[in-house]
Amino acid sequence: MNHDMIGHAYPASQPYLVTPENIAAFADAIGDSNPIYRDADYAKSLGHASVCAPPTFPIVATMSAMEKSFHDPALNMDYSRIVHSDQRFEYVRPIRVGDKLVVTTVIEEIKALGSNDIALFRTEVTSDDQPVVTGWSKLVVRGDDS
Amino acid sequence: MTDFSALAVGDELPTIEKYFTRKQLVAYAHASGDMNPIHQDEAVAKSVGLPDVIAHGMLTMGAAIQVVTDWVKDPTAVIDYSVRMTRPVVVPNTAEGVLVTFGGKIAAINEDGTIRVDLSAVFAEQTVLGQARALVRLPQ
Repeated sequence: MNHDMIGHAYPASQPYLVTPENIAAFADAIGDSNPIYRDADYAKSLGHASVCAPPTFPIVATMSAMEKSFHDPALNMDYSRIVHSDQRFEYVRPIRVGDKLVVTTVIEEIKALGSNDIALFRTEVTSDDQPVVTGWSKLVVRGDDS
Repeated sequence: MTDFSALAVGDELPTIEKYFTRKQLVAYAHASGDMNPIHQDEAVAKSVGLPDVIAHGMLTMGAAIQVVTDWVKDPTAVIDYSVRMTRPVVVPNTAEGVLVTFGGKIAAINEDGTIRVDLSAVFAEQTVLGQARALVRLPQ
């Protein structure tokens, strides 16, 4: 990988519109039947404007934003050798139906460890220019001899 | 409602058992947009040295936090959540799938009223997540 790319920020992604169907499909896929992910009246009874998304739902928007950078020739990252090793989300507010998620991807760190490169991507997620959640994804790019 | 007033460090949250199936991996792939074939195609998984199809690490992360969200009821109480994906969950092509057991323990009660919960995910008697931590702001 090109370590000179540390600190580089990629242009903001196209907005991802959060729909009830997308949230319900994600909740079904993780096997979580919590009604807050499906029932607007229930979500409102807990003080929310509408159906909310599960905590790891932001990956739907952040991974596709990061994938654009994985293919950036300037970054020189071997896409076929990536392993996602760590993930963190720091939430500003819940993601809700109607949000239009825009992701800015920043290369926070690249370190060599043996023949591997370890890259930390920060993904800043906003909706209508207001912060929603920040993600950090650590990716290991395996070297030739591992 | 859960009584949060008597919480103590070391308290364990109710465990959750989930069965991961191939069908669920396909559903997760479509719901998340992660269509990497190692999560769906046995031949591709084996060609890169895996024993079989493996679950998305993010599926395991997404499933584990239910230990916390079932306990607090409102999932939006989770204000920070991080994991290390240390081992894959191998999912054979069977109807019943494989059992993954998720647990949680109160690790810290902070002065600002937030609670740190340390999570565990166990498959085939081995942990598959490391340093899995959630910070929770309890409902007032």
